[in-house]
Amino acid sequence: MYEELSWLPPVPANFSELVSRATSGHELAHCATHALGDNQLRRIAKKLDDLKAAGISLSPLKPIRLGVVSNATTQLIESTLKGSALRFGLALDVVHAEFNQIAQVMFTEPDPFTQQKFDVVLVAIDHHGLPFVPSPGDVRAAEKKLQECLHYLKAIAQAVHCKSKAHVLLQNIAPINQSFAGSYERRLPGTWIWFVNRLNQELDLLDASYTTVVDIAALAANVGIENWHDPTLWHIAKLPFAQRFNPIYGDWISRILSARLGRSRRCLILDLDNTLWGGVVGDDGLDGIVIGNGNATGEAHLALQKTALELRERGIVLAVSSKNEDSIARSPFRGHPDMILREHHIAVFQANWMDKAANIKAIASILSLGLESMVFVDDNPAERMQVRQALPEVAVPELPNDPALFSRTLIAAGYFESVSFSEEDSKRAAFYQDNAKRAAILSQSTDLNSYLESLEMEATFSPFDQMGVTRITQLINKSNQFNLTTKRYSEAEVRQLIDDPAYFTLQIRLKDSFGDNGMISVIICKLGDITWEIDTWLMSCRVLGRRVEEAALAYLVDHALSSGAKKLKGYYLPTLRNTIVKEHYKKLGFVCVSADAESDLWVIDLTKYQRPVLPMKINDSRKSSM
Amino acid sequence: MPKNIDQIIKELTPIFCDVFEDDNLTITKDTTAEDVEGWDSLAHIRLVVSIEKAFRLRFTAAEISDLENVGAMAALILKKLA
Repeated sequence: MYEELSWLPPVPANFSELVSRATSGHELAHCATHALGDNQLRRIAKKLDDLKAAGISLSPLKPIRLGVVSNATTQLIESTLKGSALRFGLALDVVHAEFNQIAQVMFTEPDPFTQQKFDVVLVAIDHHGLPFVPSPGDVRAAEKKLQECLHYLKAIAQAVHCKSKAHVLLQNIAPINQSFAGSYERRLPGTWIWFVNRLNQELDLLDASYTTVVDIAALAANVGIENWHDPTLWHIAKLPFAQRFNPIYGDWISRILSARLGRSRRCLILDLDNTLWGGVVGDDGLDGIVIGNGNATGEAHLALQKTALELRERGIVLAVSSKNEDSIARSPFRGHPDMILREHHIAVFQANWMDKAANIKAIASILSLGLESMVFVDDNPAERMQVRQALPEVAVPELPNDPALFSRTLIAAGYFESVSFSEEDSKRAAFYQDNAKRAAILSQSTDLNSYLESLEMEATFSPFDQMGVTRITQLINKSNQFNLTTKRYSEAEVRQLIDDPAYFTLQIRLKDSFGDNGMISVIICKLGDITWEIDTWLMSCRVLGRRVEEAALAYLVDHALSSGAKKLKGYYLPTLRNTIVKEHYKKLGFVCVSADAESDLWVIDLTKYQRPVLPMKINDSRKSSM
Repeated sequence: MPKNIDQIIKELTPIFCDVFEDDNLTITKDTTAEDVEGWDSLAHIRLVVSIEKAFRLRFTAAEISDLENVGAMAALILKKLA
């Protein structure tokens, strides 16, 4: 997870082209938002230098001059740091002290390194660079060595700060695997294991006014200490850790640089169905969703809720963005006994049928937070892509398929890095909540069509067939929201419709650039000489807003016209759950001819129907089989 | 299926392009560090790390120091994959 930066979207195929075409800091920063490998980071770092050399303004990137002091070879991480910092909107200038010239940096006056003005100096010393000699079992010698090493690191930080006025990022020490005595090693004073533990604890007590400790020990532990240390590379080139971890190292340092500037994320926006709980509450109902202990999937989603709640206690504001009816979306928060997140934890609750980007903008505006403060978590890759395209400032982590890994991924991404913690922080979430009066929904202003185009959708229209019977029956009996009449049919009834000449049946499958959505819509029409009657029209809410319903109508119109019919009519039978399709026929150009509490009747004149241009390819299996 | 030296060199080419930031770089088994712009000792490390990652193998320190040309590199990779 860490090595691959797996929360970031994959590198686009035309990456090198994008980089060479970039003419601004902004474009370059966008290139950096993917899961770049070290060579790719190097490429954008070089481009950054080229733009700078050409005198091009890098605005809005924030320039930072970073010095690096180390006992190891740091030339190879220079481009890593520059490239990674771009991801955080920072344009780094990196200057190395000469290799292993730490004493000179500390004691020479004037020293050419610290004479340069730095904003930040990274002190990257690893265990090879400490004056420690093991003395197993000799407590006095061990304590003395510990104090010497601590003094050494402190003196470097102090000298660097005093001479260059820079803030110091001081790396703590990655543990090394030298447990000669096994588990007992950590209790034995004077061993490496004992020493690194104690030293790191002492470093945590340092004066934080000019020093921030970089927790390299945690990074090494995350990727595995065995993997982190690479003795071959150390022996051959004095490289301080396995270079395959350069990308995460660069990200790790950049997070702190960014957090020091107050740029960490502040608001976590959560999708609901299949993110906060398993299943679709609108279709499965309050008692059908999977959440809570006793079920592996339910526990996995619960773990994400716990993480969200813990973040809230750190001052991260929580919000919800869901394609749902508001009251249905809220029902688990109100009435499900296993939920730990409750309505009062959520500052802004946006459950409606607008696209997610529009909702996120609304949330940002209600909270008066910038989009660059937002993290959006959604299990659905299409939604993630829509938000990334429309609102590139918002952090949208890639999620693995297994909900058990959602929480871990969110944490690994490091969106909420902080360099301090105050009492205000713990109250901040509640503060924002008070400010967010009512979730006023802002206009849908993002460019939906270019998003739909980019999905490269392909819809396949087929009559009911034996192969599809099971899924058709399932959709007919499970769909509650996008379902005009909510008529239920058994598998046997569906099977009969296959060959019934009195009915026109339709199953629709949809593919897009993310893969196959499978069968997502079912329509049943009763034939008539003049008028066809739509008996059933339902669709999965997963593909809402993709204009599939428009394509379906165009298809129906074609076939009705060629059979000699002149009109299509359809009913809307209201239920508690299908209000989203109340205006369905109206949106498609039907005219309402009667309406009462039980049903609305809508009709369209086929001779006047105007075919829309749709962002998808249509495969008609009726045509191909003829 | 067992690979041969030429196939390995073909697979090495995009790695070389990536490491030396030259999308038009061509390599043969006789290519040495002197033939490629920027192939210095640090770039050699980057190259080795990239190859290790792509082929999921590891070189020893001695092997890293001894690789004299692309052909030798490919032969070593082939041996390690076998």
